[in-house]
Amino acid sequence: MTSEARTAVYLYGVARGLAPSALDGVTGVAGEPVRALAHRGTALTALVSTVSLTDFGEEALRENLEDLAWLEGTARAHHDVVAHAARNAPTAPVRIATLYRDDQRVRDVLGRDHTHLTDLLDRVTGRTEWGVKAYAIPEAVQQDEPEPESEVEVPALTAGTAYLQRRQAARRVRRALQDRLADHARTLHDELADHAVASRQHAAQDSRLSGRHETLILNMAYLVDDEQADGFHEVARAADRRLPGVTVEITGPWPPYSFIATAEATPTPPPNPRPTPETGPTPEPGSHPEPASNPAPIPTPTPEGGRR
Amino acid sequence: MTAVLDTGDPAVPAERLALVDLLDRLLAGGVVLTGDLVISIAGTDLVRVDLRAVITTVYEQLADPEEPRP
Repeated sequence: MTSEARTAVYLYGVARGLAPSALDGVTGVAGEPVRALAHRGTALTALVSTVSLTDFGEEALRENLEDLAWLEGTARAHHDVVAHAARNAPTAPVRIATLYRDDQRVRDVLGRDHTHLTDLLDRVTGRTEWGVKAYAIPEAVQQDEPEPESEVEVPALTAGTAYLQRRQAARRVRRALQDRLADHARTLHDELADHAVASRQHAAQDSRLSGRHETLILNMAYLVDDEQADGFHEVARAADRRLPGVTVEITGPWPPYSFIATAEATPTPPPNPRPTPETGPTPEPGSHPEPASNPAPIPTPTPEGGRR
Repeated sequence: MTAVLDTGDPAVPAERLALVDLLDRLLAGGVVLTGDLVISIAGTDLVRVDLRAVITTVYEQLADPEEPRP
């Protein structure tokens, strides 16, 4: 690996106490086998593959990352390796496409960032990330009839005034519906957060990306103590049954991706899992989906460390 | 209630995971060891790729699947 400059070392993540045999037969990005690099004197193991600079060199990588098919293949391979390790030992995923010159450079990082990595691993040990999304069919959620319009009693209305009144009424109905959806989302979030040690909001997903036509009212990740997982799932199931017009979807177990990036973030004010029904089923023609660039982290309502 | 659960069984591949969910996590999550997106090869470390630009491009492609991919 170090003998020539035609390869680089791709780092997937760092595990603690991973059995050396756990990665036997696992393949990673570009179909390359995955190796475990131990760090002398600690229980940390780097999960790596040797990759060709033809695909992972600077220029090539820039182009490849913009090729959706390549990115998808790489993302799924990256995820498969991290998920495999996470099933066997506490694992901190590393940002996709982190590359080093050789194994020694990776070992250097394990040594240099040992304290940071250990802190991260402490935070996720015995815990699992679960994703929860809630979708609403607005018509089914709407229960109250909108107030009847009284415009019939005012025959002298001009067409313009009548139009404005209709618009105002429609706005009130929409507003009430959004409030109701937000209430559902907040209630669900509060219940889920009771079973979680941390939560993080993911960006609203454009319906063209998710393939869903309902309105996304909640898109959260929760870090859940493993012994709380059953209760957490039951909350999601119960909400799905209880809330008319609302479908709750749970994904996971995920490696703790969502709780690594913000691990050092300063907690910010209370959660506002307010959905964004505006991003609902019919985006403006020509509009672009919201890039998931900067989802505001939501601090956990349950104080970190408040649960063992 | 829909559950997309990773059983850990290799016979049930993770293909069921929606790409958008995966990218939300992979492009925004994970330990950043030396920078935003790091390509530390060729001796001197650190080339930054604008992940936000990548994400925007990718999501536009995802949203318009009929458009030819580059």
